[in-house]
Amino acid sequence: MHVTSPVRTPLVTGGKTYADVTEDICKQVEGKPTKEWKVAFVISLAVLAYGTVCLFWTWWEGLGVWGLNKTVGWAWDITNFVWWVGIGHAGTLISAILLLFRQKWRTSINRAAEAMTIFAVLCAASFILMHMGRPWLAYWALPLPNTFGSLWVNFNSPLVWDVFAISTYFSVSCLFWYVGLVPDLATIRDRAQNKVSKYIYGVLSLGWNGSARTWSRYEYISLILAGLSTPLVLSVHTIVSMDFATSVIPGWHTTIFPPYFVAGAIFSGFAMVQNLMLVTRVVYKLEDYITFEHIESMNKIITLTGSIVGVAYLTEFFIAWYSGVEYESYAFYNRMAGPYWWAYWAMMTCNVISPQLFWSRKIRRSVKWTFFISVIVNIGMWFERFVIIVTSLHRDYIPSSWAMFSPTMFDIGDYIFSFGFFFTCFFLFSKYLPVINMAEVKGVIKSTSEKLPLKVSGVSKAERLASPAYKKDAE
Amino acid sequence: MGAHHHEVVSVEEQFEFTAESKRNLLIGMGVGIALVLLGSYLLSQGGGHDAHAAAGHGAEHDHGAHGYHWTQRIIANLWLNSVYFAGISIIGMFFISYNYLAQAGWSAVFKRIPEAMPAFLPIPAIIMIVLAVFFGDKIYHWMHEGIMDPASANYDAIIAGKQGFLNKPFYIIRLLLYFGLWYVLWRIVRNLSLREDEIGGLDGYEKSIKYGTAFLVVFAVTSSTSAWDFVMSIDTHWFSTMFGWYTLASWHVAGLATMTLTIVTLKERGYLKAVNESHLHDLGKFCFAFSIFWTYVWFAQFLLIYYANLPEEAIYYRERFSGYGGIYKAPFFINILLNFVAPFLVLMTRDSKRTSVILKLACWSILVGHYFDFYTNIMPGTVGANGGFGAVEFGFVLLFACAFIWSVSSQLTKANLIPRNHPMLEESLHHDIA
Repeated sequence: MHVTSPVRTPLVTGGKTYADVTEDICKQVEGKPTKEWKVAFVISLAVLAYGTVCLFWTWWEGLGVWGLNKTVGWAWDITNFVWWVGIGHAGTLISAILLLFRQKWRTSINRAAEAMTIFAVLCAASFILMHMGRPWLAYWALPLPNTFGSLWVNFNSPLVWDVFAISTYFSVSCLFWYVGLVPDLATIRDRAQNKVSKYIYGVLSLGWNGSARTWSRYEYISLILAGLSTPLVLSVHTIVSMDFATSVIPGWHTTIFPPYFVAGAIFSGFAMVQNLMLVTRVVYKLEDYITFEHIESMNKIITLTGSIVGVAYLTEFFIAWYSGVEYESYAFYNRMAGPYWWAYWAMMTCNVISPQLFWSRKIRRSVKWTFFISVIVNIGMWFERFVIIVTSLHRDYIPSSWAMFSPTMFDIGDYIFSFGFFFTCFFLFSKYLPVINMAEVKGVIKSTSEKLPLKVSGVSKAERLASPAYKKDAE
Repeated sequence: MGAHHHEVVSVEEQFEFTAESKRNLLIGMGVGIALVLLGSYLLSQGGGHDAHAAAGHGAEHDHGAHGYHWTQRIIANLWLNSVYFAGISIIGMFFISYNYLAQAGWSAVFKRIPEAMPAFLPIPAIIMIVLAVFFGDKIYHWMHEGIMDPASANYDAIIAGKQGFLNKPFYIIRLLLYFGLWYVLWRIVRNLSLREDEIGGLDGYEKSIKYGTAFLVVFAVTSSTSAWDFVMSIDTHWFSTMFGWYTLASWHVAGLATMTLTIVTLKERGYLKAVNESHLHDLGKFCFAFSIFWTYVWFAQFLLIYYANLPEEAIYYRERFSGYGGIYKAPFFINILLNFVAPFLVLMTRDSKRTSVILKLACWSILVGHYFDFYTNIMPGTVGANGGFGAVEFGFVLLFACAFIWSVSSQLTKANLIPRNHPMLEESLHHDIA
């Protein structure tokens, strides 16, 4: 027997029955696309189209269309890559680490967060392909036996570790997400009205029949995947940080980078989840499932990880002085007061100061504030990577090589491409797949409901009660 | 869930610190002191290694004017044990604080054990403050006479550049601040918890969340700065941004192992009947996970320094690998073996985390291992080639461990062993993760 302490706040409001959960979430998948969705989808397709044109030109013409120069050889490309990979951390953190910690509030947000993770990692990967310049040779990054003689990847390079880390992370995240989807896909299959969707969702649900054995396997594989993904969550940004930290460039070579990057990644990932979920919950009327408790919990994690990042900034700063290494001290002085001072202070304000507003209970339970600060956090985290990459590079060892970086329309256009891609994917997901894990929400409904209906297994009281989508008695 | 029936357990348990336990602990302390005295006698008779033979390897500490005296090894040992046991003690507070903040339910039943640990803090605090005030130059390179004075033969320009942070008055203020803040915040949360036992209600719980969070904010900063102060600045030239979190990870897992070991031992003696296999399983998971976390930060720090191979950084590992006649190579590897390999393999399976003997084995491995972690970080910089592992080391560990157990035991007698009015207690009593 499990007991829930009365001091815990409810996670599901509105006195939902199991049938209500199914109805509330499935109706978005089963219904016709709404006007709002169509408009939003067309806009993201347009953005994607513009980005694709820019990307095509980047590849056609060569990387010379970017604003890179001899001194600043990495700028927006790697900034965007690290930014997207960072955003792609929240999903697996929520689904894996919060599962291990038995956090029930994860059930309403894990599905969308995992989907977002997958799309964000794909966006990140697109920048790796972009910055190769000759993407048709991308397979050279893999240790494949080849016909070019002794050509082989350099296993000493963290860039190669990155290929492994991110592709492993991507595969396991997809698997985790898909396994979580199976029971819900089966629900949709069972309710499907026409043959096409019955067939598609039927194939996707892998013959799920809801028996005790399938549930036992489901829970078993979820735990195993959670155990596997937990070190993966840490490994990805650890390896990304090593792309910088293994070098000897002042501002890049610092031992705190691995855990600090991981904390920053979770920080930005949760901010992105907030942005997406706050919109989704209103548009799809999911306020009873994504409650203020969920928003508050995520804000607490944003404050925690933001503070960890803040401690890391201050540690780096202090040690740069303490070390007595002139290059290191200069790199940090230059960040703060050099020509890119505005980027540095944007990063500091957005990442360290803004999440501290969440110490106020009123602010962290306010939808508007949460949305606003989450946007600010993601701007800040973009600037963090920009500061790390560009300010460390632009002051070379020889002053005659000192340079500045200014983005061209293709730097910007290729970044826009990733937004188009991300939102196109996310809108498709939110239309054709259930945005909340129905099965897992049902699993916590008894222990976390604000008020339970008389019969939790009673029929749905939703609008379509008069004409239910699934006529049980008809079969 | 029908498979798991819970017996009705009593939450009324009073720990008894028996005369026999007291006698055993006193004997332990006596043996510890005897070993220290014996070891000191041997050291004073020149039983140590020849200081000058290997001095060339330790360029950092080769300032000529400071000849080695055997008492330095005593001071270094006192420092090492104080840092280690202060860390274990404060992790008790760290654990309850993050459990309050995260609204953890499962841990309520054994909360009195981590809650008892910080009571030991004043002892290492006094030892460390006395040592820092009177024997600072025996521990810290930067406290050497004239090291910051350009006119002195001992002058070291790099160390002098750190004077803004590494100066004695500011250092002593910091020590007082760390121990003062840690102890006071613990005292407040402890009193709230004891009061909750008597009067119940939610007031204590809600205030504990607030003070626990305040402690976490304080500890977020002081865990890093104290790691620089207690350990990193011994090797004054060296620096690593990871060092604060690395030390925190080391303290944390050692504290978790101490808690788990205490809980298992109490259970074996017939206490904590309400602690079931699920609690032990979760404690085992914590020890497992945070051993890996420690390894992660240890390895990240090592790899980045090894890979970049900058002389001012790599010297740290060079000294431990082949410096001082190679005497620190063994502790260096024992560290990884006991702190990663052993707990990783031993605690891997589900059943091992539910078996007292195996849990104890893993916890001992972690506890001994992290002693060696601090040993490898503190000894080369303080005693260099004169380090070793003899009667003095064994004696001091025994003495500190017995004193720590005494302190925890006497704290446990001061309250019911289970926090009977904790709002999460029901959840914890029914904790079942199958």
